[in-house]
Amino acid sequence: MPLLLAYSLRNLRVRKLTTLLTAGGMALVVFVFAAVLMLDSGLKQTLVATGDDTNVIFVRRSAEVEIQSILDRAQARIIESQPEVMIGNDGAPVVSKELVVLIALPKRGSTQVSNLLVRGVGREALAVRPRVRIVEGRMFRPGASEIVIGGALAGRFEGVALGSSIHFAQRDWQIVGRFDAGGSGFDSEIWGDSEQLMQAFRRDAFSSVVVRLADRARFDALKTRLEADPRMTVEAKPERIFYEEQSRLLSGFIRIIGLALSLMFSLGAVFGATITMYAAVASRQREIGALRALGFRRASILWAFLAEALLLGFTGWAVGLSLASLMTLVRVTTLNWTSLSELAFSFVLTPAIVLQSLLFALAMGFLGGFLPAVRAARLKIVDALRAA
Amino acid sequence: MTTPRVAAHAARDDVLIALRGVSKGYRRGGQTIPVLTDISFDIRRAEFLALMGPSGSGKSTLLNLIAGLDSADRGSIKVSGEDITRLSESDLADWRAANVGFIFQFYNLMPVLTALENVELPLTLKHLGRRDRRDRAHLALELVGLGDRVRHLPSELSGGQQQRVAIARAIVTDPMLLVADEPTGDLDRQSAEDALAIMQRLNREMGKTIVMVTHDRRAAEHAGAIMHLEKGELSQRVELAHG
Repeated sequence: MPLLLAYSLRNLRVRKLTTLLTAGGMALVVFVFAAVLMLDSGLKQTLVATGDDTNVIFVRRSAEVEIQSILDRAQARIIESQPEVMIGNDGAPVVSKELVVLIALPKRGSTQVSNLLVRGVGREALAVRPRVRIVEGRMFRPGASEIVIGGALAGRFEGVALGSSIHFAQRDWQIVGRFDAGGSGFDSEIWGDSEQLMQAFRRDAFSSVVVRLADRARFDALKTRLEADPRMTVEAKPERIFYEEQSRLLSGFIRIIGLALSLMFSLGAVFGATITMYAAVASRQREIGALRALGFRRASILWAFLAEALLLGFTGWAVGLSLASLMTLVRVTTLNWTSLSELAFSFVLTPAIVLQSLLFALAMGFLGGFLPAVRAARLKIVDALRAA
Repeated sequence: MTTPRVAAHAARDDVLIALRGVSKGYRRGGQTIPVLTDISFDIRRAEFLALMGPSGSGKSTLLNLIAGLDSADRGSIKVSGEDITRLSESDLADWRAANVGFIFQFYNLMPVLTALENVELPLTLKHLGRRDRRDRAHLALELVGLGDRVRHLPSELSGGQQQRVAIARAIVTDPMLLVADEPTGDLDRQSAEDALAIMQRLNREMGKTIVMVTHDRRAAEHAGAIMHLEKGELSQRVELAHG
C-alpha cells in the first residue's frame, strides 16, 4: 500500500471515535438507500417472476389489471382455438380461463381486514404455469367448493390454513392444498375452480385468458390477428410484461420516496463528514506543512485527505450494506396499488444494488471531504509549519 | 556590508547558495512589514552555517527562502546555479524533494507512521522499488544510531530519538542541502549534543551543506560559521576555528 494512503488509513484508525461516529452516520444512510432499492428490487422480482415468457395474457382492451377486465365466453373460445396455442398431451389447448375477484378477510392477530386476490382457474392452470406446484394437500377438484392457497398466505389471515374453510360469496370453501409459486405474486393468491367461483360470484364472464404458446416467436402473429378481429376487444401481452407493468406504480412510489429520504439523510452525513475532515485538517496542519516541505505537491495532499474521506465512506458502505443484507431475511406484505390486493415479497440484494450503494457512499465521502481536502492542499507551508 | 566579505571568503566555484538583493515582508492589517531587506551573501559547499539573531530578526524567514518553502518579494536565490525564485510551485516541490533535507524544532514526524516509514516517506517521491526504499531508510536510521527502533512509533521514542529520526528522514534522499530550524530547541542538553554531533558528522564526513537557525549559542558553536541577523539585515559573519 502506498505510504501516503497508509498514512490516511491509520489516521482514521487513530481517531476511532470520530471515525466510528461519522462512518456510522454514513452507514445509516447507506442502509436506508440500499434497503429502499432492495425493497423495490424484491417487488419487481416478485411481480416479474409472476409472468412466464411463454405465456400470453388476454384482457379487455385498455384494462390495466385483470380485475378491470371482462372477456365473455365466446371471446375466450376464440382465443383458445388459435393455432399458436400449445396443445397438451390430452389433446386439449393449454389455456387457463380465469376469473379474478377480491375478497376482504381479517388479518391474523388484528382487527384490520385486507384484500385478498381470489383467482378462478381452468383445469390446465398448472400446465400453463409449470412453476406452480402443490406442496401440501392436493389440488382442488373441479366442480367442488374447494380452494388452494398460495405459500405466502399461510399464517397471515385469520382461518386461512390447510384443512380449514373460509366463507365468502355465500359459500364455505374448503382449503384442500397449499401451493408454491416460486416466490411470485401467485403465492399471495387463493386459487379455485373458475366455474365454481363464477357461479358463486354470479359472474358470466372471465377476467382474463392465459394461453401457453407452442412457439414464443409466434406471439406477434397471434396478437396482430386477435387484436384486429372485429369480434374481439382484447389486448394481448406477454405475461411477464403484463405483471412487470403492475409493479410500476408501487415501484415508482417506493423509489421516489425512498431515494428522496436517502438524499435528505445523506446531506446530514455529508455535513458530518465535512466537519470531521475539517477537524482532521486543523489538527494536522504541521504534518501537512512537513509533507509539503518534504516535496509532496498540493495534489498529493488533496488526494491524501480525499482518500481519508473516501475511506470513511467505504467504511460506512461496508457497515450499512451488511446491515441492509440482513433485510433479505424479512418478508413484507403491502397493498399492490395496481391490483388492489395484498402482495408478499422479500428484500432482494442484487449486484447492481451493491455497486450503486458503494458509489453512493463514496460520493458522500467525496462531497464531505472535498472542501477540507482543498483547504489542506492550499495551506501555505510556512503557516502550516507554524501551527500549534 | 556583507557583499565584500562574501567576495573575500568564497571562491565562485565553491558557492552552493548565492542570495542577491533578497527582500521579504509580510502584510499585516493593510501594511507591509519588512522582515528581510536587501540581503546578499553566499554559502559555500559543505559549509555548516549557523544563523543567529533575536526573535523577529528574520532568520527563520531567511531559512525558509533558502529552502524553497517561501517566496521572496525581490532578489534572487541561486542554489547550485539554479534560481529557485523562478520555479513554479510544483517545480519547487520537486526541487525540495531532490535537494533539501529538513530538520524541524518539533521534529514534525507523522505520528501514525513508524520510524522506518517516516524515514521512507520522502523516498516515495523517487522512482525506487519498495525494497530499495526500505534498505535506504534502514541505513539512514542506523547512521543516526536508531537501527533498533525502526518499528517504533514517534510516540514511543524520546524527544532526542525523534529528532534523530527526523535527521535520518532529512538525509535519506542524499540532498545537497540540509536546513535545520532550531533543531535543539525542544531537546535536553544531552539529546541536543547528540543531534548536533550527528549534524557535524554529516557535514564533515559526508560533505553536507547545513544551514541551521538557532537561538542557542552553544548549538551555533558546532557550526563552521555564524551569521547574525538583526532587524532583517545581516550584521556580521564569524568564522569558527574548528569549522
